[in-house]
Amino acid sequence: MKDETLSATVRNGNTLTGFSRFTPSAHRTASGWCLIPFLVAALVLIPIGTVLSSFFDPASDIWQHLVETTLPGLLINTFWLALGVVIGTALLGVSLAWLTAVCEFPGRKFFSWALLLPLAVPAYVTAFVMLGLFDYTGPLQTALRSWLGPESWFPEVRGRLGVITVMILAFYPYVYLLARNAFLTQGKRSLEAAQSLGFNRTQGFFKVALPMARPWIAGGVMLALMETLADFGTVSVFNYDTFTTAIYKAWFGMFSLSAASQLASLLIVIVFALIVVEQQIRVRMRYAETKQSARGDRIALSDWRAGAATTLATGTLFFAFLLPVAQLGIWAAGTFVQDFDSRYLDFLWHSLLLSALAALLTCGVALLLVYAARRHPDPATRNAVRIATLGYALPGTVLAVGIFVPLAWLDNWLGEMALQLFQIETGLLIQGTLVIMLFAYMTRFLAVSHSPIDSAMQRITSSIDEAAMGLGLNGWAMLRRVHLPILKSGIFTAATLVFVDVMKEMPITLMTRPFGWDTLAVRIFEMTSEGEWEQAALPAVALVLAGLVPIILFMRQTEK
Amino acid sequence: MLRLCFSRYLAAMLCCTALLGTNVAYAEQVVVYSARIEQLIKPMFDAFTQDTGIAVKFVTDNEGALLARLKAEGKNTPADMLITVDAGNLWEAAREGLLRPVESKTLDANIPAHLRDPQKQWFGLSVRARTMVYNTQKVKPAELSSYDDLAEPKWKGRLCLRSSKKVYNQSLVAMMIAEHGEAKTEQIVKGWVANFATDPLSDDTRAMEFVAAGKCDVTLVNTYYYGRLLTKNPVLPLAIFWPNQAGSGVHINVSGAGITKGAKNEQAAIKLLEFLSSEKAQNLFADINMEYPANPRIKPDPVVAAWGNFKQNPMNVATAGELQAAAVKLMDRAGYR
Amino acid sequence: MHALLELKNIRHAYGQQLVVNDLSLTLEKGQIGCLLGPSGCGKTTVLRCIAGFEPVAAGEILLNGVKVSGSGFSLPPEQRHIGMVFQDYALFPHLTVTANIGFGLHRLPKSERVPRVAELLQIVGLADTANKYPHELSGGQQQRVALARALAPRPDLLLLDEPFSNLDVSLRERLSLEVRDILKSQNATAILVTHDQNEAFTIADEIGVMHRGEIQQWDSAYNLYHRPANRFVADFIGQGVFLPGKVLDLRRVEIELGILTADIPHQCAPDAQVCGEGCHVDVLLRPDDIVHDDTSSLQAVVLHKAFRGADILYTLHLPSGATALSLVPSHHNHAIGEKIGIRLEVDHVVAFDQSSNEK
Repeated sequence: MKDETLSATVRNGNTLTGFSRFTPSAHRTASGWCLIPFLVAALVLIPIGTVLSSFFDPASDIWQHLVETTLPGLLINTFWLALGVVIGTALLGVSLAWLTAVCEFPGRKFFSWALLLPLAVPAYVTAFVMLGLFDYTGPLQTALRSWLGPESWFPEVRGRLGVITVMILAFYPYVYLLARNAFLTQGKRSLEAAQSLGFNRTQGFFKVALPMARPWIAGGVMLALMETLADFGTVSVFNYDTFTTAIYKAWFGMFSLSAASQLASLLIVIVFALIVVEQQIRVRMRYAETKQSARGDRIALSDWRAGAATTLATGTLFFAFLLPVAQLGIWAAGTFVQDFDSRYLDFLWHSLLLSALAALLTCGVALLLVYAARRHPDPATRNAVRIATLGYALPGTVLAVGIFVPLAWLDNWLGEMALQLFQIETGLLIQGTLVIMLFAYMTRFLAVSHSPIDSAMQRITSSIDEAAMGLGLNGWAMLRRVHLPILKSGIFTAATLVFVDVMKEMPITLMTRPFGWDTLAVRIFEMTSEGEWEQAALPAVALVLAGLVPIILFMRQTEK
Repeated sequence: MLRLCFSRYLAAMLCCTALLGTNVAYAEQVVVYSARIEQLIKPMFDAFTQDTGIAVKFVTDNEGALLARLKAEGKNTPADMLITVDAGNLWEAAREGLLRPVESKTLDANIPAHLRDPQKQWFGLSVRARTMVYNTQKVKPAELSSYDDLAEPKWKGRLCLRSSKKVYNQSLVAMMIAEHGEAKTEQIVKGWVANFATDPLSDDTRAMEFVAAGKCDVTLVNTYYYGRLLTKNPVLPLAIFWPNQAGSGVHINVSGAGITKGAKNEQAAIKLLEFLSSEKAQNLFADINMEYPANPRIKPDPVVAAWGNFKQNPMNVATAGELQAAAVKLMDRAGYR
Repeated sequence: MHALLELKNIRHAYGQQLVVNDLSLTLEKGQIGCLLGPSGCGKTTVLRCIAGFEPVAAGEILLNGVKVSGSGFSLPPEQRHIGMVFQDYALFPHLTVTANIGFGLHRLPKSERVPRVAELLQIVGLADTANKYPHELSGGQQQRVALARALAPRPDLLLLDEPFSNLDVSLRERLSLEVRDILKSQNATAILVTHDQNEAFTIADEIGVMHRGEIQQWDSAYNLYHRPANRFVADFIGQGVFLPGKVLDLRRVEIELGILTADIPHQCAPDAQVCGEGCHVDVLLRPDDIVHDDTSSLQAVVLHKAFRGADILYTLHLPSGATALSLVPSHHNHAIGEKIGIRLEVDHVVAFDQSSNEK
């Protein structure tokens, strides 16, 4: 009991920003802390609320039509796709993470960073290249037909398995990155403990290492799942109809944005429920790391196992990165001379600047959220944090509208006020500014940055806080000297993911960018919207290369 | 130290951009929201600026987003003009009250009546014909006749189509509804679905590649896709067939433009619209993307002209917008994905 | 009948660095052994070799007479039936106390597992924390859970790697006694690794002092203190000073404080080779070898004093300029700088040839 009061005062005493200094009653009155998640959640809730508000504008005929025709099939399609991607990314991501983090096999050092490279390749690009190579008209099947006759059998590439495969290849790095982080910091000690209790390494992996890495794995899988549910580009390349298809069909086909928003709202509810369930299961568990074993020696894999590991890593890298990029490279080489000009420097600069700023902002806000939730672990705060991270589950264009509509309203209102009060025509004040773009990115990608930072925060036990307090560290000093070094890998992970994701992001960029602020992704959109995939290769290659920058920086940071 | 400087620099940049934003007013300029992508529209803008000295500022995005944006911005919208690549979205923009009618003798003279809004809120600028492309090794032109004919059992396992999610197919079916009524159109679309050689494809080019590779014999595409594909690979065994020549004519759609209700630079915007219908710009439309000029006095690109003359469906393209939702529902019912 | 554990000339190296060198030891069933030494002496490595986490480069390890490690051969740790308590406990943070303790009982049917866990909870006195998670326990409680978890599968041998080093001093002493009682009550055979001699003395029956990858002496606590085999052991165990002396004959050595007479022949060198007369030696004087005697003519000046409750440990300045330690009952309270009378009372003369000074 005594301990409790002590830690309570400690918790209030060390504030992140130092603006609410400790006072005896500080933990009873609302400190600035408990407001932060609500503030952020409220901001993020604006666009989501806009989407949800569509229910005031009933579109019952479209609903009825969908329910009678395509919706049941779409739900089944979406279910299998989501299930396949969840299982696939978890299996591939976790096994590659385990192999590179804990084992030793030929090429491990190379693969440990190279396996992140597919992050930089947008999923729809992989999808297009894969179809181009493996579909009926692709070189592989054409060659097969010329050898084996026109009736030679080949599995249907444009089917469910095809989409699932491409999405696994595109999204496994989320799981890989987070799980690897977990395994690296877990140390081998727990595994040894399991061995001393009669479990071999394989059993120990399943009984100990895997469960202990669960928040990280769950976080990664959740990101992959949200990407899958929100995806439109990849599924439309495959013409595989999912729930998102219905959303876009209602909007673009039947001109009913409200029906589209209502459908999207369902998506939000489903994802929210999944997040709640996942977190509820492990509410009392802790994942504070056991101290790393002094010698970081790895499990040396035996001959055939090492071979299998190298093969798995090579295969993944080949299909998820080398093949798409090689194809892009070939196409880009063809269009380089006619297309490449000084504007590409602008595209590149815009992409990099936006991504960097968005990564900075999003990680900062995620850090605030994580701290606030740590300080006030009550259900209300937890829910606020969950809501704040929902933007990732919405199809990008729907979220973009959700952001844009209230913003335009505010802008119009401001203009009205200015006109009435000061008789000035202000025009639009906040629209078309980078601030809005960054806010929109934050709304979308908060989940991406929250997940790794939150997982890392689980490592900081309250005794660490108390120890730091005991050494007279407080506020900023505590954050800088104690927490940040521990959170570092989580923050780097988050920043890398956000950076690369923003770089690939299209709908929000398209809708909120100021005039002239075209990025590489905008360029890709323009080319692909006219079906000019080969011309899209040049910006796509540039985007992949630019995306490599943070990944390489990240690896250099974490490999130290 | 370096990092500190850099972050200050960024912060300063951010402030400047935030403050300046886009809201500096120029004396003479037109602001355009364009669903037509940069490389297919910028040359016309450049020509306009060269001729008139009026600057053109534009952003590209997809139609749905641009419409949502216009609607949200209301009368404060910075946009003077909306450009789309189909009539349906122009029709929807007009229905939402986002456009204003334009009275212009030049436009009336340059753009035929069936390619513009009866209320003159928007004007077609280039024509996109949706026609048949067939495998010359497997199909004789004599076998082909009309869109409806592709529903006949003789085409079983021989038809490839692009996904029904693309607006071009939605417009086609909408126009068929206008012509045949829903019941008959649904029969036809069901017939198509029954004749599919493979699941619908993601784009026109893919569909033609499937035809060329022998997976199927015939497909429906916009002509410029055919032009682009053949330019790249002239040996493909593909040829164009103009359907419905005995009946209502080839289905066409337009890429067009309208002036927004909140336009601040109305006169300049009208000037731009007129310019886009003029000979100079119409030639650019024809050359850049192998589309057909909307202005009947302008000849198409020689490559395009070589595909032959054809009879266009004279029905007003606004119909495509009116019946688009019905068409989408119909295709859902028919199982055309 | 084999010894429970036998290490025969094992050797282990990390790269070029030899960590364990030609080390042998034997442990009988029910015994508690201890490897004691400063950090970096290789003691934890020996433990990890026994557990099977590290291979041995040469020599072999026998468990119940069966070879478990040899050069090029290593039985996986999970098949050795050896329990281990880790320095950081390595409790599974995602499992409750009950699940942690029951973790190694996976082969038992549930009907046996549940009572066994309950029994262990009882033994370590944690019955009321059964459903808590490790992070909800204090350090001492975590330590006991780690012990219970390791004992649960009734291992043939229990290894404890610095098990008390994360605890505060008072808890450490109490717990080490408690642990010894628990181990003895379970008739467990165990090896403890520590750098803390008090811990070693409290728990272990036999202690091996390690230095530079070798066991310097494998002996009882009494012998380590009173009959150190070499200068390192003498230095490392307990307190004391070396004073130069000269051998008079087999049983007598002269130092500045007088002539010491041993009841058995004194040792001169690590190999106990007999020094000849007139040989110069260093004689170990423990604090209890010098007693306070007001009547003595031998006088020394108090240099430092450390009050320890029952006694005071005086550091004395001898007439020759050398220093010596003396443990004196605490009612003999003298000020620093004061001259006090001292007398020698040496039961075991420990002397090392001065030429063996390199240690």
